[in-house]
Amino acid sequence: MIASRGKLAQPGSRIHVYRTILGSRVKSQLVYRTSFWLNAVTSVAVGLVEFTELYVILANVPVFGGLNLPQAALVFALANAAFALAELVFGQLDTMPTYLRLGRLEVMLVRPMPLLLQLITSDFQLRRLGRVVISVVIIFVVLPKLHLDYTPATIYLLVITPFVGAAIYAAFFATAGGLQFFLINGPEFTAAFVYGGSYAGQLPASVLITPVRVFFTFVFPATVTAYLPALLIMGLEGPEFLPAWLGWFAPLFAAWAWLLAWLAWRAGMRRFTGAGG
Amino acid sequence: MRTYLLLAAAEFRRFSTYRLAILAGVFTQSVFGFIRVSVLFAAISAAGGTLAGYDQRSASTYVWLGQALLAPIAIFGWIEIAERVSSGEIAVDFSRPVDLQLAWWARDVGRACFQLLSRGLPPLIIGALTIGLALPQSWTAYPLGVISLFLGVSISFMVRFLMNLIAFWTLDVRGFVGLYVVVVGPLCGLFVPVHLFPEWLRIIAYATPFPSMLQTPIDILSGWALDLAAVALVASQLAWLALLVGVARLMQWRAGLRLVVQGG
Repeated sequence: MIASRGKLAQPGSRIHVYRTILGSRVKSQLVYRTSFWLNAVTSVAVGLVEFTELYVILANVPVFGGLNLPQAALVFALANAAFALAELVFGQLDTMPTYLRLGRLEVMLVRPMPLLLQLITSDFQLRRLGRVVISVVIIFVVLPKLHLDYTPATIYLLVITPFVGAAIYAAFFATAGGLQFFLINGPEFTAAFVYGGSYAGQLPASVLITPVRVFFTFVFPATVTAYLPALLIMGLEGPEFLPAWLGWFAPLFAAWAWLLAWLAWRAGMRRFTGAGG
Repeated sequence: MRTYLLLAAAEFRRFSTYRLAILAGVFTQSVFGFIRVSVLFAAISAAGGTLAGYDQRSASTYVWLGQALLAPIAIFGWIEIAERVSSGEIAVDFSRPVDLQLAWWARDVGRACFQLLSRGLPPLIIGALTIGLALPQSWTAYPLGVISLFLGVSISFMVRFLMNLIAFWTLDVRGFVGLYVVVVGPLCGLFVPVHLFPEWLRIIAYATPFPSMLQTPIDILSGWALDLAAVALVASQLAWLALLVGVARLMQWRAGLRLVVQGG
């Protein structure tokens, strides 16, 4: 299927190669229509179901962590959109333990493409888009209820936050992938910051007990993916250890997260010896 | 009976070989426990000290029991039997001198026993030492809690077993299991106690067997429901289990009729 495009073999057309590979993955998923739609519905359901927690709590109390329902929903939706985008592209790294165990990584290492990009494109899942869509819908539903001043700064934050957030969550996935070289039998460790980070990032961070709040801001910056920029967007103050102005520095936190990811991958690759696959 | 006990014991031992995985699971479940405690504490303090009958201590007990029972109850996707159906190995299983349903049930209880000790107790102890737990006010909570926990594991198993049997009719079990995993979490009371749900959502939850898997054992073990109320909850679990066993029997019988073995 991939070879049907003649340009593939040409040097210097690397982007074209990725586009062709991704295109073929998407095409192959659309072949099984029922399966695809069932999975897409599940993906939408993930977003909705995760929202029930906040919904149930805010049905019992009017204000949660200093935010009312529309405000908390904005934080949730921004974080969920960011995580869903990151998962769409980098979620494949969750299967690293399988690749390592089955010796499939060796095969990838001898191909003339960067390993990370091969892993990402190895099983690109279009159905994960459902979760992005539901988050965007929630954002547009709650925005009119927030009565915001649409200054250039607000608009800038609204547009950039899901993408910077996605970069941060993507770095979590990449860090987890790199750590798998060391954790062969304990892949679940990394779920603590990948999925724990996703969970913490969707909440008003003011509710987190202090050690958790500090860990998910200054080590794995999950609270920066949505909560802090959302405070700036809504003109609210932050809680202890978490001033709202930190939200302006989200791209810096993303750089820090990627530094962690890079270190994990470098250490992992140095350690990796393969098992003669 | 002896055969099934041996199967359960074998499964107990099989799971005990993955030590680092256990440590990883305990660590991750504890991190989630701290986040969940944060959420409920914030909600309770916003409500002025108690929320739907939960104060800080009982909320902490609810969270850490939930984190402890998550692995034994196994609210995850599980398609081992479905894979055996699509690979054809299920034909061998049908010809074994043990009953398919009872054998897998016994194995699942063995797995649950091991995971309760290895993955269940550590987060509970971590929660007790850091945040604090409340003990039930009647000794009956312990024996009834153990019975309720066994029923919770069994109900969870029967639901997962049913999902696997779908493989006899469609090749796309993964889709159904995926949807199940998404829905079961909130409805079994994993994120927020079912008692906090608005009425319409609580009605939906109790129309499914899911609260009987996690919320009910937690309610009994924590002493939320005491004595007669606890006995009533156990009775409702028994009713769900009987229903599910019956449906699974029927499906297994129909599946056996459908099964065509192509040589081998």
